[in-house]
Parts: sequence; structure tokens; C-alpha cells
Amino acid sequence: MEAQDRFDAIIAADERIEADDWMPDDYRSTLIRQVAQHAHSEIIGMQPEGEWIPRAPSLRRKAILTAKVQDEAGHGLYLYGATETLGVERADLLDLLHSRKQKYSSIFNYPALTWADVGAIGWLVDGAAITNQVPLCRCSYGPYGRAMVRVCKEESFHQRQGFQIMLTLAEGTDEQKAMAQGALDRWWWPSIMMFGPPDTESVHNARNMAWGIKRYTNDELRQNFVDMTIPQAELLGLTMPDPDLRWNEERGHYDYGEPDWEEFMQMVRGEGEMPAQRIRVRKSAHDDGAWVREAAEAYAQKHEAAA
Amino acid sequence: MTGPDLLPSLQPSLQPSLLTHLLRQGDRALVLAQRLGQVITHAPELEEDMAIANISLDLIGQARHLYTYAGEVEGLGHDENHFAYWRSAEEFLNPQLVEQPNGDFAVTIVRQFFHDAYALHYWESMEASSDATLAALAARARKETAFHLRHSQGWVVRLGDGTDESHRRAQLAIDSLWRFTSDLASIPDETELHDSGVVPDSEVGERWRDTVVAALADATLDIPASTSTSTGTSTGAGTDMASSGWQGHHSSHLGPLLEELQALTRAHPGAEW
Ligand SMILES: [Fe+2]
Ligand SMILES: [Fe+2]
Repeated sequence: MEAQDRFDAIIAADERIEADDWMPDDYRSTLIRQVAQHAHSEIIGMQPEGEWIPRAPSLRRKAILTAKVQDEAGHGLYLYGATETLGVERADLLDLLHSRKQKYSSIFNYPALTWADVGAIGWLVDGAAITNQVPLCRCSYGPYGRAMVRVCKEESFHQRQGFQIMLTLAEGTDEQKAMAQGALDRWWWPSIMMFGPPDTESVHNARNMAWGIKRYTNDELRQNFVDMTIPQAELLGLTMPDPDLRWNEERGHYDYGEPDWEEFMQMVRGEGEMPAQRIRVRKSAHDDGAWVREAAEAYAQKHEAAA
Repeated sequence: MTGPDLLPSLQPSLQPSLLTHLLRQGDRALVLAQRLGQVITHAPELEEDMAIANISLDLIGQARHLYTYAGEVEGLGHDENHFAYWRSAEEFLNPQLVEQPNGDFAVTIVRQFFHDAYALHYWESMEASSDATLAALAARARKETAFHLRHSQGWVVRLGDGTDESHRRAQLAIDSLWRFTSDLASIPDETELHDSGVVPDSEVGERWRDTVVAALADATLDIPASTSTSTGTSTGAGTDMASSGWQGHHSSHLGPLLEELQALTRAHPGAEW
């Protein structure tokens, strides 16, 4: 059987392509781009929350947040591991991130202004990430799908912890309640834009669906997320910052307003101070660590030679 | 307000010194955890971000146990967060070493190594404590600390015996932090706790020194020359006890560290989080 036929047969049977299998160049490069972007998002995503570790308001919250940020670093590691099975090295991908030739999820270009933002990020951003990633557990590329299984388990834990922070604030003092409402107002629209542009404008939807990389369209995922999140928001007793939001009996879904796609495109283009800051922090950690990585390598070489 | 509600298992004469001991050890763990929390997302590689987060988590866990027990020993109904968030710098009893700024990775690691070598011998000795709560905590903390020491000592050796630059940076870190190691030699005024077997070992400092000397030799790094001219203490760092962090004397770095740790909580007295 021709390599292409074999690949097509695996995709048609909804089975997994493995690292050693032949795959079309486009499939490989699409996956590399997607998995790398996902890995970059995990590690850039450590920043807005990492900034709150030293300021967490109780020892229990400090421990939970530290564990969460540690998990995100772990997600980055599994995902860079998955890209290595596609023939690209982590070091090269980091260079592409630092030189801004590859992107990360633009959600992390928003600042975490208050402690409630830590709650909103866990609840909404990890919530949206789960909605996106659960279908990716069945991705046609085996190593990516398996990495996602592990990641999703931890993300749902993050989502619950974020909701718990929001709930405690919403049931707290007037100031805490206002803090929670402010964070919801800031993070709601960016969260629903995490699913990407509307289907009518999404360029890769059809091909990635055919390849079994994507299972649902952007708008389908967005709708799932909205439907899942509104009842949770009601439990919090907070006001959603979308006047068009209402239950549609006929569709069996919530209707929602139109996000500001111009703002979204600005964020994707990485304009403004926040994206510059995110890359600056990442790049300085990397550059400041160069002598450490060199030392570790020099030591390993010396002692390998001696052994 | 009524007086403290003393634990029935505790000999009343030991209560003040046990409380002080628990706060010293809890503050040691918390202040270092706080420093490490500032490093997360800034480490030289992702694996290190994870390792540092993990060590910080263990230390937060140890501090929480120590503070919770301190609250029981004190008997005034204070919880772990009271001790972490509602005391001022003068009331903190950590050794000055752990409040020192992160500096470059060599400083972070050398500080950690000096600390871990102390903490491992401390927890090892505490497994034999006559205080059942502390002995149980020590059994767990010793295992965690053995991993921390393996990590920090491994890095000290790799930096010392890595490149010229890493050797130079590691030696600079040792030279600059050495004077803060005098606190690790011994804790002043714990005689009662030694005598009653609550803190069975008064020679943690000697063991600390042996571990450090061996590891630095392995790392081709030098112990600062001031050692040989030291006064009295077995670590040779020679700072006098009146300036000990264990007694509440601190460098200018502790205040800002606590400011960052406590500001949000203190802005909302009585709030739950
Ligand atoms: Fe993640
Ligand atoms: Fe997460």
C-alpha cells in the first residue's frame, strides 16, 4: 500500500497516526504549529498567575496556586515532548517564541489585576481550555492526543479551584464581591474569544476537521463553553457583562452577544505593552539561564568522558 | 479574654520555648518558600521552574503544619494564617539566610543548599523528638528535605565543576552568603527543649558543617577564608548571637518580603479567601 493510502486509511478508520508513521508534510507542519503554539501558551500562561504566588492571601491558596503554575510548566513539557516526536527540538521552538515568530494564546496578553483575576483565569480560561482540549484527546496524532488526556485531568482541577476562589469572593465582603465582578467583567469576553474567529472567517477549520486534528468548529466549542459556564455564573450570583445573553428555548442553547473581534485581532497581532512584557519576562529567564544550562552540559560532558 | 488553653499533653514549663521553636522553624520554611515563589517563571529552564515550585510547595506545607501546631501550643485560637500574615518583621524568627534576595541562580541554589543541609539534619534529629506531633511531622519532612538537598547539592556540584563562569558565580554566592550561615550552627536558648528531649539533638550545626565541607570539596569550591579566623561557633562564620535571625534580628530584606506576602490579606481584615 502507498504511504498516502495507508495514512488516509488510518484517518478514515479514526485510528492514530504515530511518530514513526509516514504523514503528509502539511499534516506534520500543521501539527507542529498547533502543538508548539499550545506549548508556548502553557508556559506564557504561567506568568499572570505566577505573579500572584507571592501575594496569595492565605497559605492554602498560595499552595494551590503554586501547584497550578507548576502543572502548567508540566503541560508545557509534555507538549514540547510531543513536538519532539514530530522532529523539532524544544530549544528551537523557544527561539521562535522569543523572536515572536510563533504565537501563544492571546488570552495571556491580558493582565491579572487583582486576586479575583486568579479565580477568573482558573474558572474561565482553564474552563475554555478544557472545552477546547477534551476533543483533542481524540486527535488523530497519537502523542498529542495522549498528552492531552493527562493535561485535561489537571485542567479540570484548575477550573474547579478557580471557581472556588470566585465563590469565596462572591460570598465574601462587599469589596471582595466587587473584586469578583470586576474580574468577570474583564475576563468574560476574552475567554469566549479563546475559541478563535467565527466559523465564517476561520481559515483552517475544514482541513483540520478532515484530518481529525479538530473535531468541532470554533463556534460549536464556543457555544459549549457558554452553555456550561452560564449556570455556574448564576451560582456565583454575579452579573454577566453581556446584555444579549439569554436562554433560547428553540435552539436549546444560550444566545450571546458579538465579541469585539477588532480587539481580538489586535491581541493576536501582539500589539501593545502586555505582549512585549510577556516575551521580555520569558526571554530574560531564558537568557539569564544560559550560563546555567551551559554549566550543566559542561559538567555532564566532563563526567561522561571520565566514566 | 481568658488565658491560653494549654494542651494537656504539654508540660506547662516548656510551653513558651516550644512555641518559639515552632515559630522559628515555621518562619524558616515560609520565608524560604516565599523567596522561591518569586523565582517561579524566571528559572533557567522549565524543569527548574517545576523543581523550585515543588520545593516551595513542600516548604509551605511544612510551615502550615508548624504554624497549626504553634496555634495549639499557644492556646489562643490562632490559625496558620495568623502567624504568616499578621506578625511583623520583628516578630519573625527565621535565620537571616533564607530572607536573602534571590540574586542569580547561583545565589538561589547556594542559599538553598546551605538551608537544605541544615534542614535535613534538623528533621533527621527531630524524628526522635519526645513530642509526638513533631516526631510525626519530622518523618515526612525528612523525606521531602532529602530530595531538596539532593537537588540543591547536585546543582552546587554542577555549577562548581561546570564552566569557568559557573564556578566563579558559585564561589561569589558562597562568599556573599557565608556570613549568614552562623544561624545554622545552633539555635540559642533551647536548653530546656534539649533537656526534655523535645529537640533531642544539639549538634545539628556540626553535621551541617560536615555536609557542606564535603559537598564544596566535591564541587571544587572553597569555604571562605574567614572560617579559620572565626570565633567560637563550629560553622566558623563567626557572627555573634545577638544578631541571630532566630532571635528576631533581620537584614533589611525581610520587611519588603513580608510586605509583598501580607499586603492583600491585611487590606481585608476578617475576610475569608
Ligand atoms: Fe495547562
Ligand atoms: Fe490549567
